[in-house]
Amino acid sequence: MSSKVSRRQFLSYTLMGVGGFMASAMLMPMVRFAVDPVLQPKGEGEFIPTPQKADDLTETPVRVDFTIKDRKDAWYKSDVSNTAWVYKEGDTIIALSPVCKHLGCTVNWEGDEKHKNEFFCPCHNGRYEKNGKNIPGTPPLGPLDEFMVEVVDGYVNLGKTVPNTLV
Amino acid sequence: MLNKIYDWVDERLDITPIWRDIADHEVPEHVNPAHHFSAFIYCFGGLTFFVTVIQILSGMFLTMYYTPDIENAWKSVYYLQNEVAFGEIVRGMHHWGASLVIVMMFLHTLRVFFTGSYKKPRELNWVVGVLIFVTMLGLGFTGYLLPWDMKALFATKVGIEIAASVPFIGEQIKILLAGDSTILGAQTLTRFFAIHVFFLPAALLGLLAAHFIMIRRQGISGPL
Repeated sequence: MSSKVSRRQFLSYTLMGVGGFMASAMLMPMVRFAVDPVLQPKGEGEFIPTPQKADDLTETPVRVDFTIKDRKDAWYKSDVSNTAWVYKEGDTIIALSPVCKHLGCTVNWEGDEKHKNEFFCPCHNGRYEKNGKNIPGTPPLGPLDEFMVEVVDGYVNLGKTVPNTLV
Repeated sequence: MLNKIYDWVDERLDITPIWRDIADHEVPEHVNPAHHFSAFIYCFGGLTFFVTVIQILSGMFLTMYYTPDIENAWKSVYYLQNEVAFGEIVRGMHHWGASLVIVMMFLHTLRVFFTGSYKKPRELNWVVGVLIFVTMLGLGFTGYLLPWDMKALFATKVGIEIAASVPFIGEQIKILLAGDSTILGAQTLTRFFAIHVFFLPAALLGLLAAHFIMIRRQGISGPL
């Protein structure tokens, strides 16, 4: 390539540069506006009180329904109900998410007559052990998620879900 | 690099004649501001189109957050303007651009009128231009309601009453616009939204295409 820039090249680069600058000044706010949700900080995940007393828990998982009050979804606020399977392992309280790791259906403790002591997903017969470990040969590819647990005034409080730490 | 990509595509699809038809045309001396500065009056049509492109783009982005529902419309507008990054800018572009389109279009109309460009053989393009004008006013009228604040509501009430004063079919026009014979509410908002983002823009694009094909066919009118 010759190092000489012709008048035609100079003009076309200048015009493209100025045009590109003007176009990006126009598009930048719109693109930033559109990608805003991606750049929002992730929620800290507060602990939500549940009606379950910590002392009433046994080694058998029980279904605990709880409500996230006034959850803010952009301009819409509503109460959202959620569920956890909670049991005691020694002194620690374990709360597992009921969301199947296959395709997101809801699992139940002993949801199938044939499989005692297991979580069962009715959609595609996915099965999990009590600690949430997925049973090989069934559809799920990973263990059930765990809720962060706190006990406040004797009641179980649940935080955000984290990947299973028991398996 | 870009040249190579262009050549690769051009070799297969022969695109040069296509973009030549669109972009490569003579600009007569009397409409070129570089020759006579007063020729800037010939830019108003292009500026109208430029602002229209901004309106379409900013409108597309606004619908990512806007909700055409009487419970949520105002809240979603408030949210996108105050909580979303650059929301004030994007909504501002659409808000001010709406007025600017009308101003530019009016100046363009004045230029066409005072240069006599509407005369034979360009009468049909004047007719299409007037239809574009009406479509733009419709876009302005329907868009005005969407934020669903007091100003929007009462402006639309007045507008619909004006439409209702049409002889014989006024009542029917009113119900058609409002979606209800007495209430200006949920159905009015969804109707106006549909008209604003689908029906009128589709009509506008068709009319603009006709406008531009005609000007290319007939050329820019001669000097005064």
